[in-house]
Amino acid sequence: MLEISHVSKTFNKGTVNEKKALDDLNLKLKEEDFVTVIGGNGAGKSTMLNMVAGVYPIDAGTIRIDSTDVSLMPEYKRARLLGRVFQDPMMGTAADMEIQENLAMAYRRGKNRGLSWGITKKEKETYHEALKRLGLGLEDRMSSKVGLLSGGQRQALTLLMATLQRPKLLLLDEHTAALDPRTAKKVLELTREIVEEQKLTALMVTHNMKDAIQIGNRLIMMHEGRIIYDVSGEEKQKLQVSDLLEKFEEASGEEFSNDRMLLS
Amino acid sequence: MGILLAVQGAVSQGVLWGIMALGVYMTYRVLNIADLTVDGSFALGGSICAAMMTLGMNPWLSLLVAIAAGALSGAVTGFLHTKCEIPAILAGILTQIGLYSVNLRIMGRSNTPLLKLDTMFKQLMAATGLSSAWVSLITGAVFCAVLIGALYWFFGTEIGSAIRATGNNENMVRSLGMNTNVTKMLGLMLGNALIALSGALVSQSQGYADVKMGTGAIVIGLASIIIGEVLFGRKLAFGTKLFSIVVGSVIYRIIVAVVLQLGLNTDDLKLLTAILVAVALSIPVMLEKRRQTASYKASLNGNHKEEQEGGHAGN
Ligand SMILES: Nc1ncnc2c1ncn2[C@@H]1O[C@H](COP(=O)(O)OP(=O)(O)OP(=O)(O)O)[C@@H](O)[C@H]1O
Ligand SMILES: [Mg+2]
Repeated sequence: MLEISHVSKTFNKGTVNEKKALDDLNLKLKEEDFVTVIGGNGAGKSTMLNMVAGVYPIDAGTIRIDSTDVSLMPEYKRARLLGRVFQDPMMGTAADMEIQENLAMAYRRGKNRGLSWGITKKEKETYHEALKRLGLGLEDRMSSKVGLLSGGQRQALTLLMATLQRPKLLLLDEHTAALDPRTAKKVLELTREIVEEQKLTALMVTHNMKDAIQIGNRLIMMHEGRIIYDVSGEEKQKLQVSDLLEKFEEASGEEFSNDRMLLS
Repeated sequence: MGILLAVQGAVSQGVLWGIMALGVYMTYRVLNIADLTVDGSFALGGSICAAMMTLGMNPWLSLLVAIAAGALSGAVTGFLHTKCEIPAILAGILTQIGLYSVNLRIMGRSNTPLLKLDTMFKQLMAATGLSSAWVSLITGAVFCAVLIGALYWFFGTEIGSAIRATGNNENMVRSLGMNTNVTKMLGLMLGNALIALSGALVSQSQGYADVKMGTGAIVIGLASIIIGEVLFGRKLAFGTKLFSIVVGSVIYRIIVAVVLQLGLNTDDLKLLTAILVAVALSIPVMLEKRRQTASYKASLNGNHKEEQEGGHAGN
């Protein structure tokens, strides 16, 4: 499904700010894998997702999605295969455009845009139904500007947009981190439902260890641009937060010093 | 009577220049790019239209040539900005400067009179028997109406939506599978095509094209957009917004006509326009700051009272 092999990425090469973000990274995902990704700040989690999405070019290695080599494919072309939700709720939507216009653009992901009407009447009904299931009352505000929505509402909408056309792979980068605990829980629940329903393959970065253990069928831990721990199936179900902390210290030889993770 | 005539002339000029303001709006507000190609592409429209007509081309066909040339100049800025990754402002300035020489080459001199030629306005005057000011006014109004209708339609289409979204959130547009280099390019081409069309219409209406006719056009365009926003507000439906820009352009011309009648020297006009735009842009910022300070002070007073009242209750 997804195959990352020997991928490396160094930012600001040859300057004082040189930073190796990914170091000979390897990862293989099977169809319908739902993988949670954890790791300290700067471990390379976002970079891994950005490399898969083609936000920046990779320095070495190959990335295949569904056996298509996408290593050199520009971001907008890869978008056909990918659904993405970002940490920043502002990143996934166009604030000055209507809710339904945002959905209509997402609905056309991977299709050629032409001079036909940007949104049809029939689509609007589909969007009405889709918004209803979010349970946020957005279905009655379809022609409101997205800029008027709260972060949580925008994030739920982005999630809906990312999965309106079934993506081959769903990339979630701490998509609940900016939300209050209740909204975060709701968006996470929604994520779970949608992934299950559409039988999606997904990569979800999170700082919440409990979520990382509970959700999905596989968990990977990253450190300094590498995967240092990879666990799935029953073994993953039995994990405790303390196990993860221990693993981290063992693999990295450092104390785990991330308040956000310890608190959760 | 003099002032009435001056105002009528101003209105008809305002409508023709309003098309240029619509073009500026495409980049400045829709794409959220400050495109400085404007001064060059406006003069390009005028120059190429005059040159074509001098060669014997039909005045209406010459408009089409001007539109195509304007789109091409937008494409040059687009190429410099998207492919060569030159910051948009600089890319626009480069094209604008280059166009100065190009326009001189096109005309072969710095000024081309059209007085002896059959302009579209002269044709329409002969056909309708109306005065020159009325013909310019009506022609300009018809052009504006058709263009606003066409733009309204275009920005409702799939491609048009993607261009609007690019000005909002490029990152999202790419993640939804649209090449933002293409949307930016299209926006710049569309904007400069409108600007060149306006230049061509203005040159036919004033009876000559001049290589310097575009100087300061960007500021006039901005002034029109801002006057429209001040009068109608910023939260408008798209069609109304486009209309407000043309109205803004007309009002700008009326202001100019009035101050000239009051004895202002034409040489000082550009300074006046620059001041007008600077003031109009800074007023909202000042107001917001004042509002913020005022509401902070009000909250201080409010807290003060509460504290006192709390104190009494405690005693
Ligand atoms: N665009 C960029 N330019 C320069 N350096 C970058 C860039 N993106 C990431 N980096 C660097 O690469 C390293 C990995 O960053 P990345 O964002 O992938 O970490 P992360 O695991 O997502 O961390 P966090 O939990 O803080 O989000 C960091 O040191 C970061 O500073
Ligand atoms: Mg990150």
